[in-house]
Amino acid sequence: MRTRRAFRWFALLAGAVAAAPMTAAEPPPLLAIYGDVVHTMAGPPLEKGVVLIEAGKIKLVGSALDIPVPPAARVVRGRVVTPGLIDAHTAVGLTGYLNQDQDQDQLDKGEPIQPELRALDSYNPRERLVEWVRGFGITTLHTGHAPGALVSGQTMVVKTVGETVGDAVVVPAAMVAVTLGDDARPGDEKKSPGTRSKAVAMLRGEFVKTQDYLRKLDLADPEKRPDRDLRREIFADVLRGRLPLLVTVNRATDIDAALRIAKEFGIRIVLDSAAEAYLAADRIKEAGVPVIVHPSMRRGGNGETENISFETPATLRAKGIPVALQSGFEGYVPKTRVALFEAAVAAANGLTTEQALATITSDAAAILGLADRVGALRPGMDGDVAVFDGDPFEYTSHCTAVVIDGRVVSEEPR
Amino acid sequence: MQPARRDRHCAPPSAGAVKRLVSGLLAAVVAAGVAAAQDRPIAFIKADLVPISGPPIAGGTLVVAGGTIAAVGPAATTPIPPGAETIDCTGRVVIPGLVDTHSHVGGGWGGDASGPIQPDVRILDSINVRDSGFRKARAGGLTTLNIMPGSGHLLSGQTIYAKLRKASTIDDFAIRDAAGKPLGGMKMANGTNSQKDPPFPGTRSKSAALVRQKFLKAQDYRRKLTEAKGDAAKLPDRDLEMEGLLDVLDGRIVVHHHCHRADDIMTVLRLREEFGFKVVLHRVSEAWKVAEQLAKAKAPCSVIVVDAPGGKIEAMDLSLATGAVLEKAGAPVAIHTDDPVTDSRLFLRAAGLAVRAGMSREKALEALTLAGAKMLELDARIGSLDVGKDADLVVLSGDPLAVRTKVLQTWVEGAKVFDREDPDDRLFAVGGYGAGRDQKAHGCCTDNRLSETK
Repeated sequence: MRTRRAFRWFALLAGAVAAAPMTAAEPPPLLAIYGDVVHTMAGPPLEKGVVLIEAGKIKLVGSALDIPVPPAARVVRGRVVTPGLIDAHTAVGLTGYLNQDQDQDQLDKGEPIQPELRALDSYNPRERLVEWVRGFGITTLHTGHAPGALVSGQTMVVKTVGETVGDAVVVPAAMVAVTLGDDARPGDEKKSPGTRSKAVAMLRGEFVKTQDYLRKLDLADPEKRPDRDLRREIFADVLRGRLPLLVTVNRATDIDAALRIAKEFGIRIVLDSAAEAYLAADRIKEAGVPVIVHPSMRRGGNGETENISFETPATLRAKGIPVALQSGFEGYVPKTRVALFEAAVAAANGLTTEQALATITSDAAAILGLADRVGALRPGMDGDVAVFDGDPFEYTSHCTAVVIDGRVVSEEPR
Repeated sequence: MQPARRDRHCAPPSAGAVKRLVSGLLAAVVAAGVAAAQDRPIAFIKADLVPISGPPIAGGTLVVAGGTIAAVGPAATTPIPPGAETIDCTGRVVIPGLVDTHSHVGGGWGGDASGPIQPDVRILDSINVRDSGFRKARAGGLTTLNIMPGSGHLLSGQTIYAKLRKASTIDDFAIRDAAGKPLGGMKMANGTNSQKDPPFPGTRSKSAALVRQKFLKAQDYRRKLTEAKGDAAKLPDRDLEMEGLLDVLDGRIVVHHHCHRADDIMTVLRLREEFGFKVVLHRVSEAWKVAEQLAKAKAPCSVIVVDAPGGKIEAMDLSLATGAVLEKAGAPVAIHTDDPVTDSRLFLRAAGLAVRAGMSREKALEALTLAGAKMLELDARIGSLDVGKDADLVVLSGDPLAVRTKVLQTWVEGAKVFDREDPDDRLFAVGGYGAGRDQKAHGCCTDNRLSETK
């Protein structure tokens, strides 16, 4: 698969992956999930397939005729079976659904650059929107600090289960959230960054400073080494290639600025939102950078997203650029979108069903560096499955069961 | 994805440009607000017709003449008039033009910050008919919009019922009564949106008190008008605010009332009882909690369907099942976009999601068409495929509620206003560079002048 090669970079991240969430002492039961169609995302769809999950991990996937299911197994049946869905970028869990001051922890505008802010210190696993999106088959979230400051903080990967963030976490620090363009402005004219050029200068300044920090860390004389500094430590991980930047941009101008910074410092970036990515597709492709495309109904706001296209996922994919979809961040009603619905719009605008599914399963997993853990149904992968009573992308279909780490977490049709 | 939009003024004249030129000329010569009635009948043949007012007709014929529907029915019993242009709709579904009871497209504003109740203000005085949102709305199959001011006032002004004809001015959009007056409603709101510092209310009780006081004043004004019996010496001075409120109190226009919470919904019904105005309840996030009461009160509800609850406290119990619960209870249900809250191009999606949550397909499609038309009191003219109604229709590539179905064409009063095969229209249907830009002026003289500046 062509896109796999581009993903290899991100496989590095897998090393930082935490142990599987274990919320109960009892091992999950043996579970057999039957589907008239099973989209494994590890090969062509199976007709009359079954997914056998044992101890939270997928044991076997294949034709229901070929795979013997032990009588003790709990059975779930549905028309269409997919891997548990992945929302490749959201702020759910940090931005509460009430939208009141006390439940909004996705953005601190006190300073323009705060990479030291960890998502896991704000994530609320009981937030209603976590359960809401899970009801539509979303089992993995890449969530954390939202766009709206030059460097707003870290992101993380969680499963949509658990009583505590410790139960839910898959990757405690996944990426560092950066915003370029109008949304990076603090809103106060006297504060920086006030222009696009200033924002880029500030970001470059941080990396130059961090290069010095890294140089001093290696000094022979321990007395001359710098004190610990949370901010430098995170930027150092970016320079070392351990953490990518998630750069929220929309205009082609800002996309090019992001690519320029990535090239100058040799750092990994993932483009986020990227309303005008179709104008920069060749450069994005050449840089080997993946794109997590904006939701289809992203509001115009400051005008930077006025040129969004429903066809961007298809356009980028046709170029060979790795593409995932997302619910994004919403500041008003509705307080989140649903990644499943976003993939449906992509499926209606140039992607095939399998390609659209990949944007919220296998390709999303690869961009998050989790391709060997989630996003496909094959032996050894986490037992995360979504079951539907029809085409998952049809508005009138329902998600009838959601399984996470081998446990059925929802059976209420939604 | 389309490549960057080619500026049509710098390009050799395309068939589309010629067509636009012609339609521009037509628009210039035809009296404002009156559609250019096509002189040759058009027959949509072999179409799967969804009339809404009756059962679907497979492979049927729909004839348009003079901007209205002249015939509709099975192919065998619906003759095609001699000389008619025929449009083969094999495999296509034709539905009535969609009616959006609640839209904010066009960049219009109603009342300002000077006060909470501004019935003198008309949104028609601030709408840009070239706003790109109108082109996107046509691409979504919408043909009639109730364009409203916002919900940040108890009463933010007069709305306008707009037909999405090709337009140069707001007059071209207006739907008029027999006397030629543009039709519209009155926008009101309660709950938290309209609460702020004085002179705005700070509580729900204050909100209701301010509204009641204003309506009492309007009743007084009406009494003085009546008592003057036309005697110029006794007539009160004209008062635009009072005249606006009298339109409401006398039932000439409908109140479109934003309300989320169940108690706010009941407050509106209480005010309706006290003052006797006609009202459509909009948004109604918690209508499912008082569905029986709404059905009993025969209160028309226009629902918004969004992806998730929350975003503000009033919307915390918003449910995808509101339409289904109201349908079951027997209350009238329409669905609206509240564009830009939801995108007009995905209006059909809202009905799909309502069906997902339990609404019947029939009622969900009616909620996008005839139910909305009734709430705007325009159902004699729009909302279904019936003989005599305006020829507002949408040609779809398939099942209206299927995600992959495309709006292929949108027609208003017998004139095609959107064609997905036209690259210029397609840009607004799918988006891309330039799709956020408002339409350039069109018509004979502006087109020529812009071409010359090349």
